[in-house]
Amino acid sequence: MLDLLSGFVQELRNAGLPVSLTENLDAMEAVRHIPLEDRDAFKYALGATMVKNSAHWRSFETVFEVYFSLRGPEYKIVEGSEDELEQMWREMQEQMQQGEGKGSSGGMDSLTPEEIAQMLMKALMNGDQAMMRALAKQSVQRFAGMEPGRPVGGTYYLYRTLRNLDLDNMLQKLMEASKQETGSDLTALEERLEKDEYESRIDSFKKEIEAEIRRRLVADRGAEAMAKTLRKPLPEDVEFMHASRDEMQLLKKSLYPLTRKLAARLARKRRHGRKGPLDFRNTVRHSLSYGGIPAEPKFKQPRPSKPELMVVADISGSVAAFARFTLMLVYAMQNQFSKVRSFVFIDGIDEVTEYFKGTEDIGEAIHRVNTEADVVWVDGHSDYGHAFEVFWDRYGKSIGPKTTVLFLGDARNNYHASQAWVVQEVRKKARQVYWLNPEPKSYWNTGDSIVGEYAGHTDGAYECRNLRQLEAFVEKLA
Amino acid sequence: MEHRFSSVQQVRDGLRNVNYLADDGIAGVAFLADRLAKPILVEGPAGTGKTQLAKSVADMLGARLIRLQCYEGLDESKALYEWNYKKQLLRIQADRNSDSWNEVHDDIFSKEFLLTRPLLEAISAPDPVVLLIDEVDRVEVETEALLLEILSEYQVSIPELGTITATQIPMVFLTSNNTRELSEALKRRCLYLHVDYPSLEREKEIVLAKVPDITEHLADQVARIVRSIRLLDLKKSPSVSETLDWARTMMLLNIDSIDAQTAKDTLHVLLKYQSDIAKASKELSVDLV
Repeated sequence: MLDLLSGFVQELRNAGLPVSLTENLDAMEAVRHIPLEDRDAFKYALGATMVKNSAHWRSFETVFEVYFSLRGPEYKIVEGSEDELEQMWREMQEQMQQGEGKGSSGGMDSLTPEEIAQMLMKALMNGDQAMMRALAKQSVQRFAGMEPGRPVGGTYYLYRTLRNLDLDNMLQKLMEASKQETGSDLTALEERLEKDEYESRIDSFKKEIEAEIRRRLVADRGAEAMAKTLRKPLPEDVEFMHASRDEMQLLKKSLYPLTRKLAARLARKRRHGRKGPLDFRNTVRHSLSYGGIPAEPKFKQPRPSKPELMVVADISGSVAAFARFTLMLVYAMQNQFSKVRSFVFIDGIDEVTEYFKGTEDIGEAIHRVNTEADVVWVDGHSDYGHAFEVFWDRYGKSIGPKTTVLFLGDARNNYHASQAWVVQEVRKKARQVYWLNPEPKSYWNTGDSIVGEYAGHTDGAYECRNLRQLEAFVEKLA
Repeated sequence: MEHRFSSVQQVRDGLRNVNYLADDGIAGVAFLADRLAKPILVEGPAGTGKTQLAKSVADMLGARLIRLQCYEGLDESKALYEWNYKKQLLRIQADRNSDSWNEVHDDIFSKEFLLTRPLLEAISAPDPVVLLIDEVDRVEVETEALLLEILSEYQVSIPELGTITATQIPMVFLTSNNTRELSEALKRRCLYLHVDYPSLEREKEIVLAKVPDITEHLADQVARIVRSIRLLDLKKSPSVSETLDWARTMMLLNIDSIDAQTAKDTLHVLLKYQSDIAKASKELSVDLV
């Protein structure tokens, strides 16, 4: 047990979770008080003692699944548990026979994929957890085609299983079936609720399948090897440029609390800054309560000016995600700046400040930026040189000594002219000019990247690959 | 030391008796906190029953709840203890002729002149207490250090008086709305519990338990609609307390089945941003537009 736990802790640390020694000891202590058979309690005991940040919970869960998925009675995959499964199967068939008067009496091996799909539909309709679990096991066994020692990732098996089950059409079938069942037509509201319900059930079924595949893989390859392949970066470490769709969702979710934290921290910093010069009037006013003696000197509150911000972002395919996140972050903390203007470009440039005005919904505005902004000039391939030239012509006049200008992009210019003089001119007029690049520093200035040419004219060029780096930069800026 | 709870199930049942429906995680962590004698740091979105958890545990144990509401600028004279200066002054003046300096000096720094504040009160109380440190993320990072001694050792050191150790170890809950990252030192000393929005079934049970006379059908509908609303990408998702408010609204309006129109008309109980309300009503009632 001790070995297993220390391996577990090691893996958590590898995944980036900060587990301290005391927390480790606490976990050991906690486990003593919890019945080991109770897998959920065990999980929460470990979680409560070792994971102190809700954003890390997902990583913890994955590692936990890998390390402890083979323990606990209902999670065994050895043949012994098949009896129980088979019984459930038979019950299900009986139900089916009652329901549809069908005469198939063979064991579960004789079931056709269509019949399995039918059972799945029934299970989903009734929200029957146990049946869904049994079905997940069965379908993985049948469709995934897993062979021991085969060096294929879990996603491949998942794909094979899901393809056979045809879950995408399942939702529609379920909706139709429930419509028939109730007889009357549902109002739009009811229909929507019904749909959400089924979606969540199908989702949980998918998770069940994933877990089953993982269990089998762990049994095949061992926990350590499995943990390594499943290791996922924490949300704040996910790279913008390579994030999958799920990770994007996750990033979006963690962006909001992050801006709130950042704004709170900045506001606090402003308030608790150094005291300003003596406030003569206020001091005299307060001296009244001391009989005219200025015993309590009062100071003026310093009011550090808020910077004006101009964001110039490349939104071509490769770096679009990064630009989106930076814009979101900047606008979410708009009140930390006196004014924010934003421009997006690919090979043409367009101002998008308007989209963010008068709407509380930043996501909506970003969507409009992506669909409505006029950013294509010739062919829709990045041309920093042309975009900057136009930027200077049209908006150069509005850059003042209070303005901070941010350029976002990987500076992969498709071998066009760089027009770096624009950045140089901008810097002469602006307070500060920064360049944020979502690429790792080692890739800079390779291939058609000319970030070096621009960076020389800025106050600093920063690598901004993940939320953590972006957060650090924005804090510095405001 | 004897333990308050004998099993996780007991915690769960006990909480249910005082109308707090705990899930596995909540009951499990509360049980562990008792066994390990550690404070619980409860985090989660606003309005998911973090403070209520502490209240309910106090209720269930029949213990007194001592609450320390945190805010910016909280200091030790408001959280821990303070000397009663006026009384000290009186004591010095009362017999300025008789006592020698030494006697007075020792005398005015005794327990009689100490004003206990919530934290000190919690550990020096003879009766069972539950200590709730609410919204701990509102104090500055430096002030957090005040809490460290009491959280790990259950004692308070007063320079003039010595160390006061707890007569019994109270249950301690800290809640945080996550407006800033708490320090590692604080987190390390606590068990961590993240309370999220409840699952559909649990929310329905909560509605049934907390709103008197509500029908099963209506509670189910309320829970399902709220779940669907939470799936939307909103500025602020409806909290459990708002769900309850909404269910009560339905009761007051004598509605026993929610249709799209009623839902739309009463959305402002659930959602507090105009853009959210617009979005939700658009999503929920396609046929009305």
